[in-house]
Amino acid sequence: MRSIKTQISSFLIATLFLGACGGGNDAKKENTEADKSATGAATITIKGSDTVLPLAQQEAEKFMAKNAGSAITVVGGGTGVGLSALQEGTTDIAMASRGLKTEEKLKLKGAKKDVKEALIAYDALSVVVHPSNKVSQLTREQLEGIFTGKITNWKEVGGADEKIVPYSRETSSGTYEFFREHVMDKKNYANGILMMPATGSIVQSVSQTNGAIGYIGLAYETKEVKALAVSYDQGKTFVAPSVEAAKNKTYPISRPLFFFYDATAEAKVKPFVDYVMSEEGQKTVQDIGYIPLSK
Amino acid sequence: MKRYFNNLGERVIEGLITLSGTVTSITVLLIVFFLFKEGLGVFSQTPVAEGSVIAVNKQNPVKELTASQVKEIFDQNITNWNQLGGANAPIKLFEVDDITDYYTEEQIGSNFEYLPQRLSELVAKDPTILAFFPEEYLAKDFAGRRIELDNISVGGFLGGKEWYPTIQPAVQLGVLPLILGTLWVSLGAILIALPLGLATSIYLAEIANPKVRNFLKPVIELLAGIPSVVYGFFGLVVIVPLIQDVFGLPVGETALAGSIILGIMALPTIISVSEDAMRTTPRAMKEASLALGANKWQTIYRVIIPYSISGISTAAILGIGRAIGETMAVLMVTGNASVIPHTFLEPVRTIPATIAAELGEAPQGGIHFQALFALGCILFLMTLAINMTVDLVSTKKKANR
Repeated sequence: MRSIKTQISSFLIATLFLGACGGGNDAKKENTEADKSATGAATITIKGSDTVLPLAQQEAEKFMAKNAGSAITVVGGGTGVGLSALQEGTTDIAMASRGLKTEEKLKLKGAKKDVKEALIAYDALSVVVHPSNKVSQLTREQLEGIFTGKITNWKEVGGADEKIVPYSRETSSGTYEFFREHVMDKKNYANGILMMPATGSIVQSVSQTNGAIGYIGLAYETKEVKALAVSYDQGKTFVAPSVEAAKNKTYPISRPLFFFYDATAEAKVKPFVDYVMSEEGQKTVQDIGYIPLSK
Repeated sequence: MKRYFNNLGERVIEGLITLSGTVTSITVLLIVFFLFKEGLGVFSQTPVAEGSVIAVNKQNPVKELTASQVKEIFDQNITNWNQLGGANAPIKLFEVDDITDYYTEEQIGSNFEYLPQRLSELVAKDPTILAFFPEEYLAKDFAGRRIELDNISVGGFLGGKEWYPTIQPAVQLGVLPLILGTLWVSLGAILIALPLGLATSIYLAEIANPKVRNFLKPVIELLAGIPSVVYGFFGLVVIVPLIQDVFGLPVGETALAGSIILGIMALPTIISVSEDAMRTTPRAMKEASLALGANKWQTIYRVIIPYSISGISTAAILGIGRAIGETMAVLMVTGNASVIPHTFLEPVRTIPATIAAELGEAPQGGIHFQALFALGCILFLMTLAINMTVDLVSTKKKANR
């Protein structure tokens, strides 16, 4: 009995010691971290577009696994949020699913910031319909008509006599804005449009509704829905969505994804940005379902 | 001494209880205050985003525009000034991003220092222009005329039929479709849940034998433990296609789908509360009724239900309360189209679904943010009104007896 007790107490003491040592190690680590950030390598904050968020998170995890001592925090919120944080200096990198608007350039100029951009990947949207739908291609003008509510029957665009049921994402989504700007020529969605909280719900609904049409990220395409070829030149050429077509820029509904950072913080963020651009980083891009930069 | 100590202990406990009561009440009041403070702020704003300007040429006879006119213009549904009471000339739209089409970067200045001047020139030059740009680039001697839109009015907010909270340059906040959508879905839910729940609770309380009852009651209560997202997913995958097939609809995401899901979600509450109320009917009353020659159904209908009516009403309110405030399941199955519903077979958008879907992107303190809080106020008032009505009904019933 006694011996067990002594064993336990010695064990406890040992743990205490170990703990203390561990604490010491931690402290050391913190020191080196502090050193590193002083020399410009360690803690990075990334903020911005929710579209880029899953990609940036994966990249950050892999980067941290390779470079012990670096710490990267990734926060979403939307492209606009990221860019205003960059302007205020509360983030090191702003993620964006579009280029800078003139207005934002103006603001950054006003804040005396020299901002550098890094193109990290492309994202493409597919327009999808129910597999039984006869229509297999649409022009941009027809898509605009459908989503603004001016075209309401499939027979107007060469399909069966069936009501068109357009599905959209919620207003909080970057995809919603992107589709509005690039496909609908900045016009507003029709009032009676169905809004779904997630891309997955759009796939589900389109796959079980005969007259449905919706838009989803290229990565979400499944066999249950049919992707349409799209024309941006009044019907002369139609291009079906695919990674290749998005890569060589023949597919029109694609957008670049950017990192923006302050030129003065370049030394600090450069290793991470370089990693994302590297072959390994670009492989992650492909794995997540975005289109890697063509080499 | 000991006695004094006891008293002290009691006092302390008493004080703590009073304190916690006060703190809770104050918290509730503060939340309501905060809700209304944010929500009512929407009525002191104009629909144009803060810090933005809509301007026209000085010679333009059009002096006023409404938010819906601005939207129609930017959607290019109104393309000529004569549709707005001006000259017969096409409307030329201008946004600040277009400045590079008119001037070279040198003319604007490398730090945009000449931009206000250029904007002013541009608006002064073209009598058909409608320009939209940030207020900070409004020149001091601006040569055009600013168009101010009216503040959002209570009537326009409650009676408006178009909900476009994020559009540029002027938002449209009409919550009528959302209010009606919420009421519509909740009404459907209660129409489904109340008869079904009442029948089940009568069966459980009076007809079922104890063995069946002991099995059924936990099973029904299990329904309450299922997360609402699961109900939503079930609805989207099972009920939505079913409704589409049965009624031959182009879309399955309808108010009816929402009502069925909410009805199922409200069932456990309605059943257990009303069953408990029925079981409190005194044995003497039931036996007196039977002794007078009433059969079992007459006893249930004339004695048990009237006796437990306040409990049944409570069950109904709790059910409606759950239906009105439920967010996730409804968000997934009702299609969320902001149109005024005419039948149960149309998509609707409810208030909670709108708040849940949009609050995340609404910049704090902005007009969209405040509009969502105003929606919260409306939801609060709706539940308050329901609670008060039922309170009134049940006290009246008691007074009659």
